[in-house]
Amino acid sequence: MSANRVENAFTKAAEENRAALVIYLCAGDPTPAATVKLIEAIADAGADVIELGTPFSDPTADGPTIQRASERALAAGMNVPTLFSVVREVRRGPARDIPIVSFGYYNPILAYGEDAYLRDASEAGMDALLLVDLPLEELAAREAAALRAGLPLVPLVAPTSPPERVAKAGELASAFLYYVSMTGVTGSKSADLGDASERAAAIQKSTGRPVALGFGVKTPEDVRTVAKQTAGVVVGSAVVQQIEQADDVDDALRRVHALVSALRSATSR
Amino acid sequence: MNDGRYGEFGGRYVPETLIPALNELTAAFESAVADPAFCGELTELLRTYVGRPTALTFAPSLSKAIGREVFLKREDLCHTGAHKVNNTIGQVLLAKRMGKTRVIAETGAGQHGVATATACARFSIPCEVFMGAEDVRRQAPNVERMKILGAQVTPVQSGSRTLKDAMNEALRNWVTHVRDTFYCVGSVAGPHPYPAMVRHFQEVIGREAREQFLAATGALPGAVIACVGGGSNAMGIFSGFLADPDVALFGVEAAGDGVETERHAATLTAGSVGVLHGSKSYVLQRDGQILEAHSISAGLDYPGVGPEHAHLKDEGRAVYAAVTDREALEAFQWVAREEGILCALETSHAFAYLDRAKAQTDGPLLVCCSGRGDKDQSTALAAIEALS
Repeated sequence: MSANRVENAFTKAAEENRAALVIYLCAGDPTPAATVKLIEAIADAGADVIELGTPFSDPTADGPTIQRASERALAAGMNVPTLFSVVREVRRGPARDIPIVSFGYYNPILAYGEDAYLRDASEAGMDALLLVDLPLEELAAREAAALRAGLPLVPLVAPTSPPERVAKAGELASAFLYYVSMTGVTGSKSADLGDASERAAAIQKSTGRPVALGFGVKTPEDVRTVAKQTAGVVVGSAVVQQIEQADDVDDALRRVHALVSALRSATSR
Repeated sequence: MNDGRYGEFGGRYVPETLIPALNELTAAFESAVADPAFCGELTELLRTYVGRPTALTFAPSLSKAIGREVFLKREDLCHTGAHKVNNTIGQVLLAKRMGKTRVIAETGAGQHGVATATACARFSIPCEVFMGAEDVRRQAPNVERMKILGAQVTPVQSGSRTLKDAMNEALRNWVTHVRDTFYCVGSVAGPHPYPAMVRHFQEVIGREAREQFLAATGALPGAVIACVGGGSNAMGIFSGFLADPDVALFGVEAAGDGVETERHAATLTAGSVGVLHGSKSYVLQRDGQILEAHSISAGLDYPGVGPEHAHLKDEGRAVYAAVTDREALEAFQWVAREEGILCALETSHAFAYLDRAKAQTDGPLLVCCSGRGDKDQSTALAAIEALS
C-alpha cells in the first residue's frame, strides 16, 4: 500500500534514532532519463523519501536555483505524462521501494485534470502529494479524493501560521507535515535553524504528526542541527545545485551521491 | 465585498505562508472602507491630489467618423497620467493604516509602478518596484520617473522578462518580507482580497462616468468599451453599469500579431481556465505551463486576467474581443490627430474596437480613456514606421 511507504520511512528512521532524510529533485532536470538515475543514486546514498518536483513555468515559491532547474526540465520536454513514466521506471529498478512525494504547483495538475492526476500518479507509484500553492482550505476540499486514490496530502505550515491553522494542518496530515523554516522562497539563506527546529518540534508535539523541516537546509551541519528535534529534514536546492554544477550526468550522479551520503550520516541523533 | 469567488473563479492559490497576511489584509481593508475617516481622507486625496472627478469628453471627430456619439472618460487626466493612481492612493493609505513600513509593487507598462512610487512619496514610505527587464527597456521614461520619485526599480530577468515575471518576483519578495511589507497589486488579479480591493478603489471611474453621462445626455450609454490586460480600468468603469442591463460592456484584449498566431495576449478570447498568481481565471497555457504573452502594449502583455472578468465572460454580461497591434497603432494615431488626445497604446485597443462596438449596439458609446501615451511615443513611432 503506497500510503504506507512514506509513513514507514518515518517510522523506520525513528526506530533507528535518526531523522528521515527527504531529498527534493526537479523531475526532468537535466533530462527525464537522468532523473531516474538520480533517484536511484539518492536512494542508494541512503535517503528515506524523494520529493519529486513537477516543473512549472511560474514557480513563485522557489528561489533562483529551483527556478533554473524548472527551466532546464521544461526545455528538456518534461510534462506530467513523462513524470509518470519516470516514476514507473523507478518502480521497476533498484530504487523500487523508495517513497516518492509528488511536489509541485496546482496549475499543471488542474490542466491535466485533478481526478486523472490522482489516479495516474497513484498508479505510476507516487506515494503522497504536496502542492505548494494550495492553502489548507483548498487541501481540505481535496482530502477525501486524494485519500481514495491512496495519495495522502502533505500540508505545509509556515512561521506565520497561527495555532488554529497549525492544528488544522495536523488534522489533514496523514503522512507527515512540512514545516517551512522561514518566510521566504526555497534556497534562501536560512535564519536560525535551531530556532526553526524548536518551532517544528513544538508543532510535532501539538499535532502528534511527524514534521519534516525544509527551506534553507543545505549542509550536513544544518541537517545535524535539525535532526536533533524533528522527524524529518528536507534538502532541495543544495542537491539541485550539484546537478547544475556537474560536467555531465555521470558527474552529477557522483556529486549527488556524495552529498546525500554526507547528509544521511548527519541525520543520527 | 464578496468571499473572493466569482462563480468558479478567484479564490486563493498561494503558499500557506501568505494566508495569514491575506487574512490580515482582508480584515484591514474591510474595516478601512467602513470607516468614514478613511473614506473621507481618500475622497479628499482623489479630489485635491489626483484631480478627480476626471472629465467626460465628447469626441466630435470620432463621433462623425463612426457615425455614433462617442464620449471619453478621461482617466488620462489623472495625476501621473492613468487610472492606476486611484488604486495606489487607496492601497498605500491602507498600508499606512496597517503600520506597514515598506511597499512593493509589480509593473508592466510602468504606470502602476509610477502610481505606486507617487503614492509612496506622498506618504513617505519606502517603495520597491519589480519590472521585467524587457519592459524596463521599452518603457524607459516610466523607469526614470519612478527613480526620480525615489522608488527602487528592480529589473526581473527570469522567464519572459515582462509583467508575469515581475509579479512572480514581487510575490517571492512578499513571502520573504511578509511581516512588514505591503504588496500593492496593480490590477484586479491576484489572491483574494486583491481583485475585490482593486476593483473597489477603481469603482470611482464607473460611479463618476455614469453620473456625468446622465448629466450630459439625459440617458445611459449604449455601450462601454475598455481595454483589458489584468482588467482594472475595465472593472472600474464596468462596475458603474453592471446593474444596467441595457448597457453593453466590451472588454478589448491585445491580439498582438493576431489571436490565430502564438503571439498575442488575448487571455479571455483564446485562453483556458487555470491558476496564475493566486487566483483561478482564464490563462494562456499549454500542458499547464503558462505561455508568454505578446503585445506591443506592455500594460496588456499578460497571460492572465482578473477573475471577475472571467466570470462576466462566462455569464455573458460582458463581451470580450481582441484587436491587433496594427489596429491599436492605427487607433493611436487616429485619436491623436482627430481629437488631439495622445492616449496610451493600452487605451488605443479600446478605440480600435469602436466600429465593432457600434455594429453590435444602439446608443452612444463610452470609452474608458485609461491613460496618456507619452510613455509610448518611441515604441509607437518605431512600429508605425515599420508598418508603412
